Amino acid sequence: MKILVAVKRVIDYNVQIRVKEDGSGVVTDNVKMSTNPPDDNAIEEAVKIKEAGKAKEIVAITIGEEKAQETVRKALAVGADRGIHVKVDNVIEPLAVSKILKKIVEKENPDLVFMGKQAIDDDCNQTGQMLAALLNWPQATFASKIEVKDNALEVTREIDEGLETIEVNVPAIVTCDLRLNEPRYASLPNIMKAKKKPIEQLNASDLGVDINPRIEQIKVEEPPKRKAGIKVASVEELVQKLKNEAKVI
Amino acid sequence: MSVLLIAEHNNKEVRPFTYNAITAASQINEDLHVLVLGHQADDVAKSLSEVPNVKKIIHVDNEIYENYIAENYTAAIIKHAESYSHIVSSANTFGKNLMPRIAALLDTSQVSDIIKVISEDTFLRPIYAGNAFATVKSNDKKKCVTIRPTSFDPADKSGGSAKITKSDPAEASSSTKFLKKEEVKSDRPELGTARIVISGGRGMQNGENFKLISDIADKLNAAIGASRAAVDAGYITNDHQVGQTGKVVVPDLYIAVGISGAIQHLAGMKESKVIVAINKDGEAPIFSVADYGLEADLFEALPQFLSELNKLNTIQK
Repeated sequence: MKILVAVKRVIDYNVQIRVKEDGSGVVTDNVKMSTNPPDDNAIEEAVKIKEAGKAKEIVAITIGEEKAQETVRKALAVGADRGIHVKVDNVIEPLAVSKILKKIVEKENPDLVFMGKQAIDDDCNQTGQMLAALLNWPQATFASKIEVKDNALEVTREIDEGLETIEVNVPAIVTCDLRLNEPRYASLPNIMKAKKKPIEQLNASDLGVDINPRIEQIKVEEPPKRKAGIKVASVEELVQKLKNEAKVI
Repeated sequence: MSVLLIAEHNNKEVRPFTYNAITAASQINEDLHVLVLGHQADDVAKSLSEVPNVKKIIHVDNEIYENYIAENYTAAIIKHAESYSHIVSSANTFGKNLMPRIAALLDTSQVSDIIKVISEDTFLRPIYAGNAFATVKSNDKKKCVTIRPTSFDPADKSGGSAKITKSDPAEASSSTKFLKKEEVKSDRPELGTARIVISGGRGMQNGENFKLISDIADKLNAAIGASRAAVDAGYITNDHQVGQTGKVVVPDLYIAVGISGAIQHLAGMKESKVIVAINKDGEAPIFSVADYGLEADLFEALPQFLSELNKLNTIQK
């Protein structure tokens, strides 16, 4: 089997983001960037499947500006075999991302496409499902367990009520939840080796897909701030405050 | 043109967030139709026909809709999409799984997880785990929108009498099979809609210690939540997770116990009306959003909390 894994470069999950004063977005200059966390789970799962002898090749792909390559490089360091970087200059919407991925899937013919269930920057949670629709492939979203069978996957999904298990025929799209696995760290020798692995560069404009935005971002603002609270000295005081001041119990 | 809302239900009852989504959908356009895809879900169609905001119900009954197979649902929804300007659903795991599949086939850029309807094409939505709000305008002809249910009040459930129209199923997908659902049954209120939520984090140290939380939850008729750290550590099941990738809750009272307050957790609870934090680390970020902070060892504080509650003559339910 061949697995294509899509990764995205986002502001690191530990960074407290700042909204730009002109309302045009959030500050990204000199801010720590890293791979979108559930995309790390997607790579890890692909590597585990390959280690178990059930996949032959893992291709990591990212779509973004020049520096987005770092996320592919990181995927190569933990076990992907080669990379693809599709260059775009501006932020593009999940619909456009899925159209680009569709082109790549048609070229690469993977059996599976893995990615994180959601990017932590725009919090859209769309790309995997959209790609599945465009390819007319089955989708298994929010996966917390994947079992590879003959020409099918048994996937346990995290849903609001608990867990759901479905079986999808291959080829399929899987979007990964954070609890799917524990992503490994790249060892220094593997980081060095990854530098020699090939990354193919393409321009989105050469792929013949419409990536123009359909959604206008009118403004980005800070959410209303919570009023500062107080510290209470004892449990007794806490219960009194909840009863008589906040009147919630 | 009208708005089409996709109902979430278990074939017997309407899932509560459908009512919140109805409120939002009817703010987009008052001519709101609801699509019920299910198997022997007549009671669901009937309940929804009694919602005053709903003008028409389209009911498709077939065994292929017994479970939420997005592939099957999508095919049925696409059949009806032509007559509608907007397709909407709740932004919970039901709608998140389903809507992008519909949007892509309609060549529409979806607007996810809106918290406010500004006009029929302009919406407010949180980004970066709720640390910024974006006002966005959709320029697609047909719009696909998912709604953060806790940002809208549930619609009235009775007084209406919408017409129920039966419709035929679409083709079923042969490449996806439902195997099983492990639902966690509980007598407690649902986490997403509970008036009071008490959550435990890594500070609980193990699953058994969650009894300290559940004793208080019983007393307050509260739902039990958890941080991702507590779920990852196996103290409690995933359906309890509150946060950016779990559930978003907006209760009247949220009690965070042994939770440090990572950005990802705050994203799921910081809109709560009153927030209490109990943590022994006085520097924990959770205190920055708490109305009442108690710097204390939770293993001492929780039993005391329960005994103080027991002293009260009345407790709001």
